[in-house]
Parts: sequence; C-alpha cells; structure tokens
Amino acid sequence: MRRWWLNVWLLVVKELHSLRRDKVMMFLIIFAFSAAIVVVAHGVKAEVSNASVAFIDHDRSELSRALRQAIRRPYFQPPVDIAPGEVAPRMDSGHFIFVIEIPPRFQSDLLAGRQPTVQLLVDATAMTQAGLGASYLQQIFTDEILGFLHMRGLMAELPYRISPRILYNPNALSPWYMSVMQNVMNVTVLSIVLVGAAVIREREHGTIEHLLVMPVRASQIAFAKILANGFVILVAAMLSLIVVVHLLMGVPLAGSLLLFGFALFLYLFSATSLGMWMATMTSSMPQFGMFAVPVYVTLYMLSGAATPLESMPGLMQPIATTLPSTQFVILAKAVLYRDANLRMVLPQLAIIAVWGAIFMALAIGRFRQMLAKQG
Amino acid sequence: MPDFAVRLAGISHHYGAVAALRDVSLTLPAGGAVALVGPDGVGKSSLLGLISGVKKLQTGQLQVLGHDLAGKQGRNEFLARVAYMPQGLGRNLYPTLSVTENIDFFGRLFGLSAAERAARIHRLLEATGLAPFPDRPAGKLSGGMKQKLSLCCSLVHEPDLLILDEPTTGVDPLSRRQFWDLVDSMRAERPSMTVLVSTAYMEEAERFEHLVAMDDGRIIADGTTADILASAGADTLEDAYIRLLPPERRPPPERLKIAPWVDDGGEPAMEAHDLVRRFGEFVAVDHVSFRIGRGEIFGFLGSNGCGKTTTMKMLTGLLDISSGTALLFGKQVTPGDMKTRMRVGYMSQAFSLYSELSVRDNLMLHARLYRVPARDAPALVEQALTEFSLTPQADSMPDDLPLGIRQRLQLAAACLHKPEILILDEPTSGVDPAARDMFWRHLVRLSREEKVTIFVSTHFMNEAERCDRISLMHRGRVLAMDAPAAIVKAQGAASLEDAFIKVLEAETDSDTAPPAAAPAMADSAARPLSGGIGNWLGHTWAFARREATELMRDRTRIAFALLGPVLLLSVCALAISFDVQHLRTGILDHDGTAASRDLVRAFEGTATFDIRPPLDTADAGFEGLRDGSLQLLIDIPPGFGRDLSAGRHPEVGLFIDGSSPFPASSARAYAQGILQAHALAIAANANTGAGAATAMPVNADPRFIYNQEFRSIYAIVPGLLMLILILIPSMLTALGIVREKEIGSITNLYASPAAVGAFLLGKQAPYVAVAMLSFLILLLLTTLVLGVPITGSPLALLLGGLLFVLASTGLGLLISTAVNSQVAAIFATALISLIPSINFSGFLYPVSTLEGPSHLIGLGFPSSWFQIISLGTITKGLGVESFLKPYLVLAGFGFGYFMVARLLLRKQET
Repeated sequence: MRRWWLNVWLLVVKELHSLRRDKVMMFLIIFAFSAAIVVVAHGVKAEVSNASVAFIDHDRSELSRALRQAIRRPYFQPPVDIAPGEVAPRMDSGHFIFVIEIPPRFQSDLLAGRQPTVQLLVDATAMTQAGLGASYLQQIFTDEILGFLHMRGLMAELPYRISPRILYNPNALSPWYMSVMQNVMNVTVLSIVLVGAAVIREREHGTIEHLLVMPVRASQIAFAKILANGFVILVAAMLSLIVVVHLLMGVPLAGSLLLFGFALFLYLFSATSLGMWMATMTSSMPQFGMFAVPVYVTLYMLSGAATPLESMPGLMQPIATTLPSTQFVILAKAVLYRDANLRMVLPQLAIIAVWGAIFMALAIGRFRQMLAKQG
Repeated sequence: MPDFAVRLAGISHHYGAVAALRDVSLTLPAGGAVALVGPDGVGKSSLLGLISGVKKLQTGQLQVLGHDLAGKQGRNEFLARVAYMPQGLGRNLYPTLSVTENIDFFGRLFGLSAAERAARIHRLLEATGLAPFPDRPAGKLSGGMKQKLSLCCSLVHEPDLLILDEPTTGVDPLSRRQFWDLVDSMRAERPSMTVLVSTAYMEEAERFEHLVAMDDGRIIADGTTADILASAGADTLEDAYIRLLPPERRPPPERLKIAPWVDDGGEPAMEAHDLVRRFGEFVAVDHVSFRIGRGEIFGFLGSNGCGKTTTMKMLTGLLDISSGTALLFGKQVTPGDMKTRMRVGYMSQAFSLYSELSVRDNLMLHARLYRVPARDAPALVEQALTEFSLTPQADSMPDDLPLGIRQRLQLAAACLHKPEILILDEPTSGVDPAARDMFWRHLVRLSREEKVTIFVSTHFMNEAERCDRISLMHRGRVLAMDAPAAIVKAQGAASLEDAFIKVLEAETDSDTAPPAAAPAMADSAARPLSGGIGNWLGHTWAFARREATELMRDRTRIAFALLGPVLLLSVCALAISFDVQHLRTGILDHDGTAASRDLVRAFEGTATFDIRPPLDTADAGFEGLRDGSLQLLIDIPPGFGRDLSAGRHPEVGLFIDGSSPFPASSARAYAQGILQAHALAIAANANTGAGAATAMPVNADPRFIYNQEFRSIYAIVPGLLMLILILIPSMLTALGIVREKEIGSITNLYASPAAVGAFLLGKQAPYVAVAMLSFLILLLLTTLVLGVPITGSPLALLLGGLLFVLASTGLGLLISTAVNSQVAAIFATALISLIPSINFSGFLYPVSTLEGPSHLIGLGFPSSWFQIISLGTITKGLGVESFLKPYLVLAGFGFGYFMVARLLLRKQET
C-alpha cells in the first residue's frame, strides 16, 4: 500500500512538472480564475438592472412627469422619449425592453376616478428583465400614484406597511453572485478538459504504454492524473475565491472556507473522473473536443447557476437536481452566502461523493480496457 | 541553367542559442546523386530543410536550382520544382487516406491535371509494387511500404531536385534494397534530376557518387565517394567516416570483441511456445516458439510489420496472448505482475518518454518508479548520463534533441534499474554508427558480465551478426532460427543480408515483389504553373477534399459533432426557464387572527408561492432560510389584526434568501405586489363597506410582445442556437492546424507551392459544411419537435447562420494557428468562445443592459450579432432587411479572423 501511494505521488509530481512547463495552459488557467471572473461578475446582471426604457408621454402633466422621474437606476436606465412610430423598429432591434405610453388626459382621468390605463409594452424575449421589470414598473407606478392621491387627501395611507429584507445579499448585487458562479463554471470546464486532454495526450504520444511496462498500475496512473489536475484546480479556485472574489472585489464570504474547500475537493474528484471517463471513450483529441463541449455546457446550463433551479419545468428539475454540478452550486450558495454548516450540506456532499465514486469506477474500468486495447 | 544544383555560402543556422550549422559553404553538381552522412545532431536535417525551402534562411547565401532563397520572389515556382521527404516513417502521409488518395492529394497540390494525376499514379504504383493496394489506408501499411508511398508522393510532380531525409531509417533490408532500386530507376528515367539524401547507413551511402560528411554543424569531407575512401585509407565508408571524426569523438579503435556465449544450463530466461496473436481476422503472430538462455543476445529480424513488435509486447504483458504460452524466468507472463516487471527493461520503437520532462527528469522518474530509493537515485542517474554520453544534454528537453540522442536516452532509461532481461524494439533505428557501436559495447558488457538476457530487434545486419542467435520472422512466422553464421551457411549466401533476402524472397508473393521494369516516364520540361487565381482555387480544393475525406473517415467525430448539439438543444430548451415558480414560503404568524389568515390566503392558489407548513418560532424560520428549505419568510407581527382595525399601521416583514439575486428579487417583487393589492383591498373595503373587485386607481398591465404567452422556450432556443453555432464549429477547426503541427504533416504546406490562404480556406470549408448541416438539423428539431416556430424569414436566418459559422470556424483556425499544443487549443477555444457568448451576447442577459467593458466585449464578439438575427427571425418575425448591419459585421469577423490567422501562420519553419 505504501508503494501504491509512493507511485501515485511520483506520477503526481510528474504531472505537475509537465503542467508547469506548459506556459500557455498556465496563462489560461490564471486568466480564467482572475480577469475572466472580474469581467463577468461586473458585466452580467443576474436580475433587473440597467434595463432600457422608452417613454411616450401624451399627457405631459405633473403626474406623468413624476412617473417618468420615478423610473431610476439601478434597475432602469433613464427613460428615453421617443415618437410612437419608433416603437416597432427600436424594439425589433432590441434597443428597448420596455416602452411606456401615458395616454392623453391621464392625470385628469385619474382624479376623476375613471381608472385610466398606462400602456406597458415588454420585450418578452429578454427573459431576465421582462417579467420582473414589468412588476417593478407596476409597483413604481402604484407607489407614485398612491403618493400623489394621498398628498391631495384623496386616499388614506395603506392599512399596513410592508418591510421586505433580502438577507445575505441585501442589495441583490449581481457581482456577489456571478463571481462565485463563474468560479464554479471554470472548475467544471477545466476539470473535464484538463484531465481528459492529459489522458489523450499521453496516449497519442505513447507514454502511457511505456508506463505500463514499468511496475506501475493503471489505477495509479489514473489516480495520479485526477489528483494532480484536481490539486491545481483546487488551488487556483480557492486562491481566486479568496484573493480575487473576496479581497479584490469585496464580496463578503459568510461561510467556512474550510468546508467549501472540502466540498470543492470532493466535486473535483467527480468532475475530473468524468473527464477521464470521457477521454477513455474517444480516440483522439479532436473527438474529445467535440464530446466535451456539449457535456460541460449542459452541466452548466442545468446547474442552477445561470437560471433558477426551481423554475425548471416538470421532469427536468429532478433530473437536473441529481447532477453533481447542480449539487455543487446548491452547496456553494449555502456555504458561502448563508453560512450553512456541515450538517446542512451533508446531502449535497453525499450526492457529489456518490457521483465521484461512480465516475471514478467507470473511469478506471474503461482506462484499463483502453490500455488493454492499445496494442 | 547553372551547372550546379545547390550552392551554399556562409550558411549558419541557430535554434535559440544552439548553433546547428556553422558557416557552411558547399556546391553540389546538377543531375548528381549526393549522400549526406554524419552522426546525429550535426545539422543534416537542418541543412536539408534549408535547401528544400522548408526552413527559413537565417544567415548566408543559398542558391538552389538557380533560385535565390533569400528572396521571396519566385518562391512558388521554385517549390514546384523541389520534392522534400521529411525524416520519420510516413511522416508526411495522411494515415486515414488510401494510397491513391495520398498521391492524388500531392498531385493536386502541385497543380497537376486529372489526366496527369491518373497517369502518374498508375505509373508510380506499378513501379513501386504498391499497385495491388491502391485503396489501403496509409496508416495500415508497413514501414517499408509507407516510405515507398512517401517517395511516390514526392515524385508525382516530377521534381528537378529530390531531397530525402533518412528515408530508410527503420526499414527492413529487403524493403531498403527495393527502395534504392526504385530511386535508381527514377534517376535513370530523369537524368536531369538531382538527388540529395541523408542516411545513417554507411553501406547505403556507398551507392552514391558524391559524398558530403558533416560533423558538429560543419562539413568535414566533400567529394566523390572513391576519393574520400582513398584519402581516408579505409575499405568501408563506415571506417572512413570514423577516421574523419576529430579524435575525441571517435569510438575506441579496437573492434568490438564478443566472447562466445556459454549456456550455463540453467532455466531459460524467456520461453515462448506456439505464441499466437490475432487482431480480428488478421494473425499478427503465428505459432512462434523460442527459448532464450540467461545472458544470451537474441536478435529478432524481419520485414516491417512481420510481428516482431507484437511478439515483444506480448512478452512484456502489454498485449494479451491469443493462444500459446510465454514464460519469463519460468513463470507465465501475467499482466499486472509487478515482480516480473521489475526484472525487465523495455524500449519501444517510437519515442515514448515524456517530452515535457528534461532528460535528467525522465531518468529520475524512471529510477523512482523502479523503486530506487530517493537517496540513491541521483547518483544512479548521473552514472547513466555518463555511461550513455548524455551529460551535455542532461537538462535539454527531448523534443529539442536529434532522433539518435533520444534513442540513447530511451536505452539509458531501459537499463537504469539493472533489469535481468532487456527487450529492445529497434533500439538503433536512426542512430549513427559511432553511437550504435557504443550501444553494442554496452549490450555485450551487460550480457557477458552481468548475465543480462537481451532480446533485440534490428534492421542492421552488422548488429545481427553480433547476436548469439537470430531468428528471421516474416508474416507472423519464424522462418529460420540459428547462429548468424549457421544461417548464412545454410542459405549458401555470401553475407547475412543476402541470406536474409534469400529467405524472405522464397516466401514472398506480390506483396513485396520487386517491381516489373518501371514503365518509362517522359522527361517533361519544367512545367509552367498556370498561376494566379485558378491555381489558388486548385490548392484550396485539394486541401478541402483531403480534410473532408479525413473527416468523413472519422465517424465518431462526425457523430459527436451532429448528435452533441441535438442533445444540448433538447435538454437545455426544455429545462431552462425564468418563470419564477414554487418559491418555498414559510409563514410566521404571531397573530393567528382572521386578519392574518386572510393575509396568508392572498398567497395561496398561485404557482409562484409554495406555502410550507406553519412555523412555530422565528428561529425555525431563519434556520429554514439558512439551510435552504425556505426562500421567503412572511413575518406577521403579534397583534396584527388588532392594530389593523385600530388604524395603527402594523408592519408585515418579508425575509428573503438573497443567495441568488434573481429569484430573490422576484420573490420580493411578487410578494410586495400581492401584499399591496391585499392592503388596497382592505382599504377599499373599509371605504365602501363592500368587497371591491379592484382597488387600483390605474391599470398598468404589461403587454408582452414577441412571445405573448411569455414562455421561456421561445426566448431560450434562439440563444441556444447561437451558443451551439459558436462553440461546436470553433472547436471543430481549433485542432486542425495545431494537430498538423504536432504530427508533422504541416511540412507538406511548407514544401508545396500552395499559399497559406488556400490551406486555411481548404481546412475551413468542410467544417463550414458540417456546421451548416448541424444547423439545419437543429432548425428541424426546433420547429418540428420543440414546437418553436420561425416567425420571420427562414432565409434570413440561414444567411445569418452561414456568416456566423464562417466567423466561428475562422475563430477556431485563428486559435489553432496561435497555440502550440492541442490541449491548449481545446482549452483556449472553450474559454474564448464560452465566456462572451453566455454572458455578453444577449443570450441570458440582454445586450442593452450591458455597460462599459462587458458591452464592448459583447460587441467585439460575433455571438451578440448572430443573437440579434436568431432572435429576430425566430421570435420577432423579422426578415432580411432588418439585419443588414449584423450581416456586415459578421462577415467582417469572418474575414478578420481569417486574415489574422493567415498572417500568424508562417509558410516556413524557423
């Protein structure tokens, strides 16, 4: 047994050595975990933010001006006045997500209790903005109009007050969320690509065959690859989380980094084993490239990092939920934002570990077969 | 035309700080046959690369066939008259293409018409004896046949200068003899053709009238072969060469003496009984039996592909045995038997150590894996470095070393752990005579002094003569096994080589039959190139045809490329949705009156909120938020009902899990909306005394356009199409060029008159076709299966798709030219195409909401422009006229990527 681990260790050192020599790879890994995270976290708005609004005011009353002014950052860009004829072309081109049209005699109709209608056109293809943005706008209008009526003594205050509080991320800031999610996505893509490509490279160069005439077992080779590449990604991801996300971007990390690190270690096991398993099913680098893309994109899209898991319809939700990537996203949110403890994330850890064991067994099994077929 | 073919003056060549050629001057006559000899790493290949125009000239003057290689002008006309065959078995061939297809491709590269190609292919195949296998893939040919095919490819355009870099390295004697006969007959047909050959076999060099010997980047002898032999006072070139070397580089002068092997009668080291290995129908090893005693040197000879390597692999346990038995030290060979592996050293034919580790690190890894303790390993490695004269290269990377030195490293690695059996598969292929001599001194010492049993395969007869016994193998069977002298005698031959060929020829059929008298080849005048655009298109077509053929043969890859997107689109289209539903909602009702229950009822009956069983304590509620079992907590204060009716405006609290901003904001907005409406209803009730249906003073119901039902799938599918059309095509092309760089077939581009642009376009075209096919399949899936109609113009969508695919395949080509390894290409493509497409292209997050750098990244990447077209045609019902700008921009991206790739890809090696 000591010998087994010593061989794994020697091969791990060898893997790290080769990775270190590959300057382009090192640069790409560092880039993925630093600049890419900052750009994505600051660039992407995971909720309504900065949405573009066009305004057509047929009334030009005190109230309509008040409504126009109430549409503010950070949720909305300042409204742009446009003519009715511009609506179709500029929504077609995606310039405006919302178009608000105030009818003539709006204020006087309201004061007369005639319940006038505000036209609110929404580009439904802008999924993250449309539904939520429309309800923000409705709320803004209601608040403004109630205030307007209240000031004139036409309406009493609402019978009770509502005090919403968002916990863990009080201003619902996207960078807090996207930075961690981008980190998780990098981990997934890298684990699959790095390990898979390392296996295929050894096979194409004939070095694996050479290892097998030495007193080295297939399981040691496979295990060393998983450990070495997993270790590099673990270090890169944790450094990125602490230095880039926490210190540089100022995202508070509520939970235990140790617990998260342990979970990441488990997740890396399953993701790198998956990469190795995939590599054993292909016979060349171009084949592997074609195989990897749909896999990591699907894993990411279903993980709940890009779109809410709760929204997935029907059967897709339980399917998506069982995936290790999804479980890891759930766990990352729980530990890093909500300070969840070990007991709370045990189910996630268990599922990730089970996947890890399955992928690892498949990978080593296929790895042996692949080597046997080498000839 | 001048009377010389090649004239070099003051040529030097450096790789970084290392000098490969030092101030070389040389003139070679036209129409002659010149052999270039010298040990490994003295600059032979560099010199040939320069003369062929494949390597870029650094310093000095070089005139070849009347063309000055310093200038760029007339380069293509020059290349059209030269043929260059690089070192390595079949290195410039395409393994999945057939024999005919390979030659045809080279014919097209040099602009031959269909009729010319057909005629020359026929003639060359007849002349080389390859005619019976026109459809066999090049990868399935034996080494000797590969080299013949490679020669056919070089000769198809009837060059005036033929440059062959170690063409017979690793080729068996019979094939070698046939190869040179072939070259001779070609020269007889075209006397004006100059042939320049480098070789490690001195006896081959003797066939050439003119000889150039090199050492350490310099020319040490240049003249007719007879003169050189005479001036060195030697009988054979091998001796002459060694005498020409500076004294410190000469091997020990005394001839290698081998004490006769004495069988100590012990148990044999290796035994095989009726060993058989089948690959499907094909029997690679057919009932082979032998018995090798301890300390014996056993030579394994045979034509290429006769089963030597397979036998060796079975003995090492790398390959399973189909039937029969193999014994090492009297024990059956079992895969995974670590004890036996410790006692065996193996050296494979191809270099199989780590190119990313230095020479010393490779040896260290070996030592440690063979269980040498950490403290003994450095000394052992140093000793091996000295023994195998590798000390000067100890810190070099194997890729930077010449073939011969790499082989030496492999042998050092195989011997490092003092094995009792050495299995060496052509260990001296491509190794120069001096180094081979050193090798054998080692082997003899190991065998005679340390009783190491050596099982070695070789193509060199002088090495075979040094073996205690040899076996001749052909087509999986052993034809003769005995001491070398006994075999020569039994065959009644003059030499071992003759004996070998006699035995083989007796067995051979048309497979390797010497060619019938080669049909005469017309000595055509130098062909004028048709030139210009027609030629360029011809080259593009040649590259595209070849790429497409290779792609069609790789069924797995095509299947991945077509099925992967189908799965991706179906799964993601069905799964992704932004309709916030089933928010896990906890109620903390401290009041418990009719009023509070009325408030809770407002949340019931919607799909948005999923009311969980009531909670008892605030702690339970917050714990629920923390562990994720709740996303929203509604906190109704004590005395809510009482305060409400007293007009004291109680406060209802909403606590929301903010770990994902989008569901959190949605939960807040929807809960607030419900409570506002509820509060207004209470107020209206109080005013009128009756339940008012609506208390809102204005209507502001949104009208969702483009997608009235507000179904996510309509908005998601166009984005997924965008994502697939950037990720898959870029990954398809991203490996195209870097793979050719790794394998070496890029040399064909350097050596041909084809333009880089034609090469790139030819590489791109088949993938554009595959991507468009995939796009059509996806559109059928979208409309027929997923039920998402194309509301606008399908033509506008297809046009946009084509332009987008041109851009994405162009991006892949660009990445492929910029990086140096396939791994880096895959990873770079994944990052570069994925990050901007998912985040900054309007897929999930509309472009109009992006600001600053992310907006610029979005605009500066083709994905955002195709997203406009995809969304516009599928969901917004638009036509071609709406997309003039995106079309132009996409075309610009495609063109731009292509042009940058063209600039980055050099037409010569440096």
